[in-house]
Amino acid sequence: MNMSRSFAHIIVATVVTILLIVACFQVPGDWNWSGVWEYRQKFISGWFMTLGLSLAALVLSVAIGLIVALCLAARNPLVEATGRIYVELIRGTPLLVQLLLGFYVVANAVGLENRFVVGTLVLAAFSGAYMAEIFRGGLNAIPKTQRDSARAIGLTRWQSFRLVVLPQAVRLVLPAIAGQLVSLIKDSSLLSVIAISELTLNAQEVNSFTYSTLESYVPLAIGYLLLTLPLSATARWLEASFRYER
Amino acid sequence: MRLTIQDLTQTFGTTRVLDKLSLETGSVHALVLVGPSGGGKSTLLRILAGLDTPTSGTVTFDDTVLQPDEASLRLYRRSVGTVFQSYNLFPHLSARENLILPLVHVHGLSREEALSRVEEPLKRFHLYEHASKRPAELSGGQNQRIAILRAIIVKPKRLFLDEPTSALDPEMTAEVLDMIESLKESGTDFVLVTHAMNFARRVADEIAFIGDGKALAHGPANMLFESPENPRVATFFEQVLR
Ligand SMILES: Nc1ncnc2c1ncn2[C@@H]1O[C@H](COP(=O)(O)OP(=O)(O)OP(=O)(O)O)[C@@H](O)[C@H]1O
Ligand SMILES: [Mg+2]
Repeated sequence: MNMSRSFAHIIVATVVTILLIVACFQVPGDWNWSGVWEYRQKFISGWFMTLGLSLAALVLSVAIGLIVALCLAARNPLVEATGRIYVELIRGTPLLVQLLLGFYVVANAVGLENRFVVGTLVLAAFSGAYMAEIFRGGLNAIPKTQRDSARAIGLTRWQSFRLVVLPQAVRLVLPAIAGQLVSLIKDSSLLSVIAISELTLNAQEVNSFTYSTLESYVPLAIGYLLLTLPLSATARWLEASFRYER
Repeated sequence: MRLTIQDLTQTFGTTRVLDKLSLETGSVHALVLVGPSGGGKSTLLRILAGLDTPTSGTVTFDDTVLQPDEASLRLYRRSVGTVFQSYNLFPHLSARENLILPLVHVHGLSREEALSRVEEPLKRFHLYEHASKRPAELSGGQNQRIAILRAIIVKPKRLFLDEPTSALDPEMTAEVLDMIESLKESGTDFVLVTHAMNFARRVADEIAFIGDGKALAHGPANMLFESPENPRVATFFEQVLR
């Protein structure tokens, strides 16, 4: 059943891509693929920049998410409140605002000039708040009997978390994490506002050089789909392969 | 083992689940706790197993008093085994990995040593061909037998079993009870909570009747079953043995 769903996914993607390309060729007017083709290196470097930024932000946001999730589950009310405030602040404001604030105010104040670092940090902080909620849900879903069993065989609290609770929680939340990664990749397009030459900014530049809007933005969409579709397919596959454990 | 409990009290909020429970056994290999639902058996067993600390009172096994601090309790838990009614095993690990986890991470064996340690017991209890399966792929009875094996593989001083068969159908109950009985023959001491009265009678050296947070009666199996002095105990046995 899951297999057929991921097949459907791939078929939908192919159809959409073909339709998009066909539609482009049917719009009357002058098509200028040659102009865009000249700038293909821009798309390629932008694509890899988007991939790199997303991966770096992903690793960081998983770490942030895990730490904040532990704060949310903490017995100390102060620690819990700190985690809660973080999540609410991040989730209550647009990423664009966080980027502008982070780059022009916070980074400026602390003297951090590297826009790639700032961009990745803001993106990771943003995604981390959502990761935290995902992890919290996963940790809560592990029944108390598992912790009891872990304690009964003599594991320490940390061992019980590391060997028993976390591995189960991770399997449980993996599909949601993959979904969050898809969002993160798409959200990275906003980094163009702080002049990071990722895929979206480069496509905009190509557009301004060649004045061929559709020809610049169709590859842009395809570039993102190339990243996100395999990811959702993997998520589904992972989900299916962990299913029998419960 | 010889168990002495003095004035054991456990309160959750305002409810007093154990109420100055006292009990002194002779030297026994199998102590069985029976009694009405909600009487406090599980609460008592969790304290005996070092999983919870009582509000007040003391527990002594063979002249060793259980200390209430977490560090001592963890050391104590390493030296005993506990099996709950269900969901003992870790679902993300195979049966074999469940067995070697405490050996490697609690008792310091290498992975190879642990793997070779579990082979013979797996065969002895007819679980060898299931060792690579995960808990979800095992029957309830196989799950419980692996759980018991995991508890005894570390050579514990004694075992605590809380209704290990009450989530199982009769056939599986029999295979698990057989295993417990063979433990007794091989010299493993245990404290067992069960509603399987015939089994209790067969396996117990002493039976304690726990009700209203107290040990309302206690003694050798036959004495308790055949001529209970306490009227509450008599009524209970009349109902369950009918
Ligand atoms: N953690 C807890 N918090 C609050 N009340 C509890 C807690 N644990 C047990 N109790 C209460 O203590 C009483 C005794 O529970 P316990 O589980 O020890 O009974 P039991 O003899 O094992 O019953 P059963 O035969 O149904 O398993 C029950 O009324 C139960 O609701
Ligand atoms: Mg109980």
